[in-house]
Amino acid sequence: MSTHEHVTCTFCGCLCDDISVEVEDGHIAAVKRVCANGRGVFAEHCSDARRPTVEGREVDLEEAIAEAARILDQADSPLIYGLSSSATEGQRKAVELADVLGAVVDTTSSVCHGPTGLALQEIGEPSCTLGEVRNRADLILFWGCNPSASHVRHFGRYSVTAKGTLTPRGRQDRTVYVVDVRPTGTSKTADHFLQLRVGSDYEVLSTLRLLVRGESVPAEEVGGVSVAELSELAERMKSCRFGVAFMGMGLTMSAGRNVNVAELFSLVAELNDHTRFSVIPMRGHGNVAGSDQVLTWLSGYPFAVSYARGYPQFGPGEFTAVDMLARGEADAALILASDPVAHFPRAAAERLAAIPTIVLDPCENLTAGVARVVFPTATYGVDAVGTAYRMDNVAIRLRAVVPTERPTDEQVLEGIIQALPERAAQLEAVT
Amino acid sequence: MSVEFQLITGRTREQAIGLHKGKSSQPYRDATHVVEMSGQDMSQIGIDEGARVRLRTPAGSGEFVVREADLPTGLLFVPMGAAANDLIGADTAGTGMPSFKGQPVEVEPA
Repeated sequence: MSTHEHVTCTFCGCLCDDISVEVEDGHIAAVKRVCANGRGVFAEHCSDARRPTVEGREVDLEEAIAEAARILDQADSPLIYGLSSSATEGQRKAVELADVLGAVVDTTSSVCHGPTGLALQEIGEPSCTLGEVRNRADLILFWGCNPSASHVRHFGRYSVTAKGTLTPRGRQDRTVYVVDVRPTGTSKTADHFLQLRVGSDYEVLSTLRLLVRGESVPAEEVGGVSVAELSELAERMKSCRFGVAFMGMGLTMSAGRNVNVAELFSLVAELNDHTRFSVIPMRGHGNVAGSDQVLTWLSGYPFAVSYARGYPQFGPGEFTAVDMLARGEADAALILASDPVAHFPRAAAERLAAIPTIVLDPCENLTAGVARVVFPTATYGVDAVGTAYRMDNVAIRLRAVVPTERPTDEQVLEGIIQALPERAAQLEAVT
Repeated sequence: MSVEFQLITGRTREQAIGLHKGKSSQPYRDATHVVEMSGQDMSQIGIDEGARVRLRTPAGSGEFVVREADLPTGLLFVPMGAAANDLIGADTAGTGMPSFKGQPVEVEPA
């Protein structure tokens, strides 16, 4: 029996790096400090020595790589999608493969915080680290997110109850606001809960901007919330020592999308005329922040990038996976560490069954069920080392606590690139 | 008779725990084929906790088990997953993001 301390859980963007894992005979025997959502990352770890498959037939790795390369080479408009549950090492190779193929590469950001990325490009993101939140923040605002269900240890490690340098009494040293369209486990922890009408986030955020500027609002209520309550929130935000807004899908998935987020980012930026205030998007997948980072390093854009013209082009709505699939524009797909058949609208998901699809994933998922080529890969953070970015864009090292015979995403993708020597040579000649 | 509501989808702990068992597993199916609704709306439609209803949008339809929840009237919540996505259209308004929250939906007893 060996015990591994300070292991990182990759389930969500909290990337809790204080997990203790006991290993016996090469298998995980016990996991401590992990939350209910993350327990399965270790307890249900897909570790069997499964071989790759081509049309359901088990083959060796070389044959699967050759078939994947053939499919992608013959495609006119290949799509590479997912990335966010891989490590940055795998993500870099996925972008390299897109460049070699002249493919589109998109990530789960496009159905998560893609609109946040658009707002960031327009307004900027007045951000900070979770360590600063833990140690300094005395006003916490959750807008359109429910970490009690999605980021279970966020409260204790970083925000609501965390004890830090300037917040030694934890919960008693903070005021917590929740803004949402329904009561949630998160709103039950709050000092103040403002319940909005669905689709009114933009109006309410605009009203808060007016109130922060000291302008009058000739209305009794906006979006289902009294102006008196909004005035109180505006004053608290202006007078706090350090405020942090955490925002989620309630803004990015509702009508207005990126415009909602831009309004929040503008509000936060303007609050810095009065005090210190930051905003942190609640990132879902363990390394979805890393996928934004890697794509931005390599292409200049965080998602929805096409290399079809030989240089990166950014096109939300055009090069985003849901749009490309629903319009029938992708004629082959490589899905890395995600499950779009489970998480895309039906019209987009069905396209993946109609075209040759390649899946790299540690576990069997619904997309693997319709794929032509499936690579069971190692799990970064459990049986493979790597790097992931927490929701505040702090890089965290992922450890391997058990051995595996499976290849990593990086190794499979490198194998596919190596199987496309003519395309790689063409790219080399251009660059 | 069908009644129109607004639908939002999102994460639940049951969905998150179930997905580790596999998306074809019973825990995941049970966690994602649920629709949460206010008690007032349930009374108005004339359905009880555990009843089956059909949700219908222009994109598609599906059957879900009703669970009473603390929601405003007129709002439904379905956990994220393949069942919910049968109801979501693929239009992204030029952003890449479908309308996973705020989708008009009709409800009728199954």
